Amino acid sequence: MRLPALLLAVLALAAAAPAAAADAARGQELYESRCGGCHSLDANRVGPAHRGVYGRKAGTAPNFSYSTAVKNATVVWQEKTLDAWLINPQALIPGQRMNFRVALPEDRADIIAYLRQQSGK
Amino acid sequence: MTQMIDLRRRGLLRGSGITVLSASAVALLAGCEKMASAQASNGASAANDIGILNTALALENEAISAYQLGAQSGLLQKPVLEVAVLFQTHHKEHRDALIATIRKLGGTPVPAKSDAEVAQALNAAALKNQTDVLRLAQRLEKGAANAYIGVIPSFGDRGLAQVSARLAADEAMHWTVLTQALKDPLPAKALSFGA
Repeated sequence: MRLPALLLAVLALAAAAPAAAADAARGQELYESRCGGCHSLDANRVGPAHRGVYGRKAGTAPNFSYSTAVKNATVVWQEKTLDAWLINPQALIPGQRMNFRVALPEDRADIIAYLRQQSGK
Repeated sequence: MTQMIDLRRRGLLRGSGITVLSASAVALLAGCEKMASAQASNGASAANDIGILNTALALENEAISAYQLGAQSGLLQKPVLEVAVLFQTHHKEHRDALIATIRKLGGTPVPAKSDAEVAQALNAAALKNQTDVLRLAQRLEKGAANAYIGVIPSFGDRGLAQVSARLAADEAMHWTVLTQALKDPLPAKALSFGA
């Protein structure tokens, strides 16, 4: 059975379209509801303070007591590393203590956009 | 007189000792007894699960301190104060269950930060009225529920993942009560947690 030409064209366009731009405003909402149980922008809590995290080497937020694994990691937080971290922290840095996962790519992208914005990058 | 009441309240809040497991903690842990023993022999997975449980413990310790700060602030009136004390008791039971499970797995529970450290981290000095305290509690409870949901896929042991879901349900219940107390609308759409 042949698909109508118009439908094929629409599918081709959809496949070729770039991913939607990340939304930092939505990222803020997600950050507050998903990350806010343990993190704040400006205070070390269960997890480290996040302002300035984008572009920072892992394990270097001032005055936070990191796991040895994160302290010794060579990871620098940017799009790809933050995305990998939110997909599965243990896969990126075995021995870390976060273990919180964000399943949806668009949610991760928006959270990362917000962290980038709050880091002035 | 006010100070006496505050001190008695503090005694009440501090009364449930860390060393004695509550009935709920024992019940929660009872389901973990076998898996905890089995996990202890599975090194890497157990170590990761201990890490998750310790992060959860830090979160519960922060919640206990937050409710302590709220109760001692003098900003909460009855019946909100009683509800806050009850929710703090729930968090203490969570803490006790987590500590017992971490020890059962061969780990060392993380120590709690002082109330003063938590007050600074949560900017408790900015709390001026009951609504401010409820908003903080509401925010922390939602974050806690989402944290417990977000770590479920990372547990090596499915039994512990189930415990995480049970803890998330308690936090979601707290959030719902606080939301009603604040007269906020309930979520218009389903699946509002973990999203």
